[in-house]
Amino acid sequence: MRGKTTIGTWIGFIMIMLWCLFPVAWILSLSFKSEGETATGSAQFLPKDPTFDNYSAILDNGDFTRALINSFGISLIATVLSVILATLAAYAIARLEFKGKRFVLSLALAIAMFPVVALVGPLFDMWTTFGLFNTWPGLIIPYMSFTLPLAIWTLSAFFREIPWEMEQAAQVDGATTWQAFRKVIVPLAAPGVFTAAILTFFFAWNEFVLAISLTSTTSSRTVPAQMSFFVGPDPFNPPYAQLATASVIVTLPVIVIVLLFQRKIVAGLTSGAVKG
Amino acid sequence: MAAIEMKNIVKQYGDGFPAVNDVSIDVADGEFLILVGPSGCGKSTLLRMIVGLEDITDGDMIIGGKKVNDLAPRDRNLSMVFQNYALYPHLTVYENIAFPLRLAGASDSEVDKKVRDASKTLELDEHLERKPGNLSGGQRQRVAMGRAIVRDAEAFLFDEPLSNLDAKLRGQMRTEIARLQKRLGITTVYVTHDQTEAMTLGDRVAVLKRGVLQQLATPRELYENPANLFVAGFIGSPPMNFLPATVKGNQVELPFGTVTIPDDKAAKAQDKGLLIAGVRPEHFEDASVVDSDKVTEEATFNATVDVVEWLGNEAYAYIPFEAPPEVEKQLQQLERDLDGESLRTQLVVSLDGASRISEGDDAKIWVDARKIHLFDPASGDNLTMDSSKAGIVPGGNAMAKAEEVGEAQDSVQPGSDQATT
Ligand SMILES: Nc1ncnc2c1ncn2[C@@H]1O[C@H](COP(=O)(O)OP(=O)(O)OP(=O)(O)O)[C@@H](O)[C@H]1O
Ligand SMILES: [Mg+2]
Repeated sequence: MRGKTTIGTWIGFIMIMLWCLFPVAWILSLSFKSEGETATGSAQFLPKDPTFDNYSAILDNGDFTRALINSFGISLIATVLSVILATLAAYAIARLEFKGKRFVLSLALAIAMFPVVALVGPLFDMWTTFGLFNTWPGLIIPYMSFTLPLAIWTLSAFFREIPWEMEQAAQVDGATTWQAFRKVIVPLAAPGVFTAAILTFFFAWNEFVLAISLTSTTSSRTVPAQMSFFVGPDPFNPPYAQLATASVIVTLPVIVIVLLFQRKIVAGLTSGAVKG
Repeated sequence: MAAIEMKNIVKQYGDGFPAVNDVSIDVADGEFLILVGPSGCGKSTLLRMIVGLEDITDGDMIIGGKKVNDLAPRDRNLSMVFQNYALYPHLTVYENIAFPLRLAGASDSEVDKKVRDASKTLELDEHLERKPGNLSGGQRQRVAMGRAIVRDAEAFLFDEPLSNLDAKLRGQMRTEIARLQKRLGITTVYVTHDQTEAMTLGDRVAVLKRGVLQQLATPRELYENPANLFVAGFIGSPPMNFLPATVKGNQVELPFGTVTIPDDKAAKAQDKGLLIAGVRPEHFEDASVVDSDKVTEEATFNATVDVVEWLGNEAYAYIPFEAPPEVEKQLQQLERDLDGESLRTQLVVSLDGASRISEGDDAKIWVDARKIHLFDPASGDNLTMDSSKAGIVPGGNAMAKAEEVGEAQDSVQPGSDQATT
């Protein structure tokens, strides 16, 4: 009986893994194929004779590296600002009783549900007027406003889980409100903070619509937008190998970040705070 | 170290709930004061007002001669042990204990010395590097104590610190706390539910009902001279028996017979009509095991015993009786106030283990008439109280006041008298 379940679980697991990872493997294999091989429409899975040409070519491509820098800068700044603001806002929402609390929360949710595309037109007009078009802040601001709601919701859920008494104990022990927040509440909410940070970073890192509409040059264009400019000489025959390589390169940081923070996102950090 | 003076403290919560009403308690420097009362009577609220976690609606809180009403908790220099300990789960035991010192900006060497002192006192040495999550309940409790004693606080505040421990550990920690407090000689306010903790730990005990102070006295005074029906019923286990009684001269007419009480007590209870007599179970005895010179007609009565529970060293006998409707209502109300609900009015009698009385017997019971209290059924006041030996009894009628407050409380939070822990 038990053996059956285990086997069933494993089969399901492997099928899901294949389903998810096959495209990734395909892109990876594609990135090692030479231009000639992809152009002939070769259908075999493994590259005939693997090459690093695509990688050196794309890293030599000034536009791409520039876009990579933009992506990193914009995503990081948006993440840091968004998480700081969200932490403070979520703390207030979790701890304070104030009029319009529900309103703030529902408004945040409404913003999160708002389709990004609908904002492109107005934002374009506003940004050209304010001189924010084609600048880093021009992308950072909308990214923050789209990620803040989710971050606030995640974090306020985490804050609510932390017993009030933690903070009161700290205050009795001689902490100011700020010290209690920084030394007790934030460390306890760390898993939530990391979760919010990762969500925000991924959103900014992968975002395409705003990135392509609110930029015009490589001075602020991010990688997903830049990749749409990889057309090559023949518009009907894009450089698949190079596109695949670019995809691999932009995926790497995401994987690294997840692996790094995975350990931080440990649930049950609060166990032992109160009687068990 | 400092004395704590509470002057006419009032707490009204945001929703209008009057949790603490005009409570005045002086805690002397170095004294161990206990706050007891049924669930929801405002013990925690009062404690949290002392420490500064709850705003004071009205009245003065004076610690060490200084009014602290508007001071933040950190400026009051008190330490508190929370009911659920509230340890910092992300810090080791060492850092948990060191936390108040670090906040005060103590040097590393000073922190180390004090933490190790505290951990030695509480036998936590081998756990210093562990996280609270990996400790047992008793160990966590000791860490919470460590965090409280590590700094030179003006006073200790405890909110039911032992209620999460099992009975055996509770007994051990109780003696531990008593010893520690005696050694450090520090002013302590201790909230509890537990009779034993209240009677054994406290220098004095404050009994609260519905946020109204009923009596503030030593455990012995509370036991021997309760100010009113509520205190009488709350202190002591099994609780005091309440019987309808009428006084004629020095004769008290009880459902089972008439007994003679001392003249001074009788004088205080003349011409009051129907009263409630309070007799503790241990003040009854099987007449056959009492010294024969004490057994007189005036001090004994015959009754049919319903149930007997024999415990070896003693036995409890249950004797049902009929109460007239005038006192029946008052007794039932009292029963509810004390978090209990009994189906019938019955007398609980504690007998000597040697007693041979068994179920269904028509037994001759002796009662120690000197120990009988007489209560006014309308106000609940103890008419026979010796006020020189009753500690502090707030003026006015505390029980009636609690009743009034209770109505106000119910109008804000219906069913608040059924509050659970
Ligand atoms: N924030 C609040 N708002 C409104 N009412 C409250 C609040 N906190 C407590 N109360 C009410 O005040 C009363 C006293 O509460 P408190 O916690 O002081 O009781 P307690 O005596 O400590 O009871 P227990 O023995 O159950 O711990 C309760 O009836 C409770 O319902
Ligand atoms: Mg309480």
